[in-house]
Amino acid sequence: MERIPILKMGDFLLVTIQVDMHDRLALTLQDDLTEGIAKTRARGVLIDISSLEIVDSFIGRMLGHIAAMARVLDAETVVVGMRPAVAITLVELGLSLPGVRTALNVEQGMSLLQLARAEQENVNGYGER
Amino acid sequence: MVTVKDETMPIRTSEDVVRVRQAARELAMAQGLSLVDQTKIVTAASELARNTLDHGGGGTVRIEALNSEARRGLRLTFEDHGPGIQDINLALTDGYTTGAGLGLGLSGAKRLSNEFEIFSRVGEGTRVMIARWR
Amino acid sequence: MNQKGKSRIPELISKRESDLLADWMREQMAATTLRGDLMKESELREQSRQFLNLMIRAASQQPNMDNINAPAWEETREFLSGISRSRAHQGFSPTETATFIFSLKQPLFSMLRQELEGDSKRLADEMWVATALLDKLGLFTAEAYQRGREEVIGRQQQELLELSTPVVVLWEGILALPLIGTLDSARTQVVMESLLQKIVETGAGIAIIDITGVPTVDTLVAQHLLKTVAAARLMGADCIISGIRPQIAQTIVHLGVNLADVITKSTLADAFAIALRRSRLVITRAENLS
Repeated sequence: MERIPILKMGDFLLVTIQVDMHDRLALTLQDDLTEGIAKTRARGVLIDISSLEIVDSFIGRMLGHIAAMARVLDAETVVVGMRPAVAITLVELGLSLPGVRTALNVEQGMSLLQLARAEQENVNGYGER
Repeated sequence: MVTVKDETMPIRTSEDVVRVRQAARELAMAQGLSLVDQTKIVTAASELARNTLDHGGGGTVRIEALNSEARRGLRLTFEDHGPGIQDINLALTDGYTTGAGLGLGLSGAKRLSNEFEIFSRVGEGTRVMIARWR
Repeated sequence: MNQKGKSRIPELISKRESDLLADWMREQMAATTLRGDLMKESELREQSRQFLNLMIRAASQQPNMDNINAPAWEETREFLSGISRSRAHQGFSPTETATFIFSLKQPLFSMLRQELEGDSKRLADEMWVATALLDKLGLFTAEAYQRGREEVIGRQQQELLELSTPVVVLWEGILALPLIGTLDSARTQVVMESLLQKIVETGAGIAIIDITGVPTVDTLVAQHLLKTVAAARLMGADCIISGIRPQIAQTIVHLGVNLADVITKSTLADAFAIALRRSRLVITRAENLS
């Protein structure tokens, strides 16, 4: 069955969504990511949506779920590369992606993840795992 | 160049929803809508197609090109013979955009379109029409 | 032929189509308004042929051919709209465009005179029908052309707009968009879209929208501003709105627009200072400058 590939980049997982996903594919991605985070003990997830021309409420909810599940597993999520037309449409749609951090590109997304991680560790008082 | 189109597509599977998106995008582009306007109408189509599938038990969408002097764009009419919507006004309130209930995306689809019409009867089904032009 | 009677024109056009077309083409090619540089003869011939056929079809639903706004003429109207609009886009003049219809009069009259020779009453009636019809269609074509010109102008204005509201890179990661002059809804949308595009292109995390040069802001414009800020945030960038003058501040509050989520500063300089701080940038004075 077709799957969206998940790459491991150091402590983080990187997902690049390049196809117009049908619902089953999106749900499979959610499951795969949750499993992946748990298995690799990743500290962060980067979701690259720069190829997506459309983000509707279903995809928006999917991103929100991923962020929530990741947080339960002690990982941060950052969504990067949202296109201007998509952002404008989401605002009009009334979707705000609560609980989802965003950055302009993979590079800035990585910095954000590292920053978030560092802050978290300060708060928790823990050092390296 | 005038694009003449009047096609009815089935909405029975989640792959059909993808096809509806693609068909809407193609027509929106052919009719010369701006990128933002294309994105809006395709997103609205996606919301309504999903509604038809998830809440209407499956149905159809009729995709038509609008070619009159005042309006150059497209119109999509979603139809199902599902349970219907009891309270349309409630379904159209903004509170439904963040929930997971019936009518999700209806108010959003309305905001994203130039024209929006809905007709629904409990026990008979629902018909939603949206249109967007240049 | 009485007022409600059936015109013989469509039947005669069908009968004499190839002659009529040849005559009409001859008129068009000889006209001083011909634009051989913009349109090939074969294309013009094809358009002329289609038009004659559309006239015949319309007449089959409306035998007395007196009302071009009726559904019978919808196909013809759409055809004329299409070719007028494209001529407007290509740069034909209004006269050059209307000639398409008006140059059909002479050939049509000649044909009617030949076919209806001997029946002067009938000839007079049919010529009246023909002239009234072509006048109406000619005017319709002129109006469609006008709309086409307006589209061209609109598009040029758009392009001018995008060129005239440059987004400035103040520093790495910090953009400024100084808006000047009155903002209407359409202009604001264009400007905002290009700002978001610039944010993506430069990877700038902060954009300052300065409205010092904007005399008035109405609800629509205020809403567009807020939507832009929200869209930028969704993308991963922040916006600061600066240059809100007291009058505008009053209008915004009065209109009930909610600026609670947006950072606003009264001057561009203040906004820049905030942007620097958020970017963890500091400006220090050099000790020695030789």
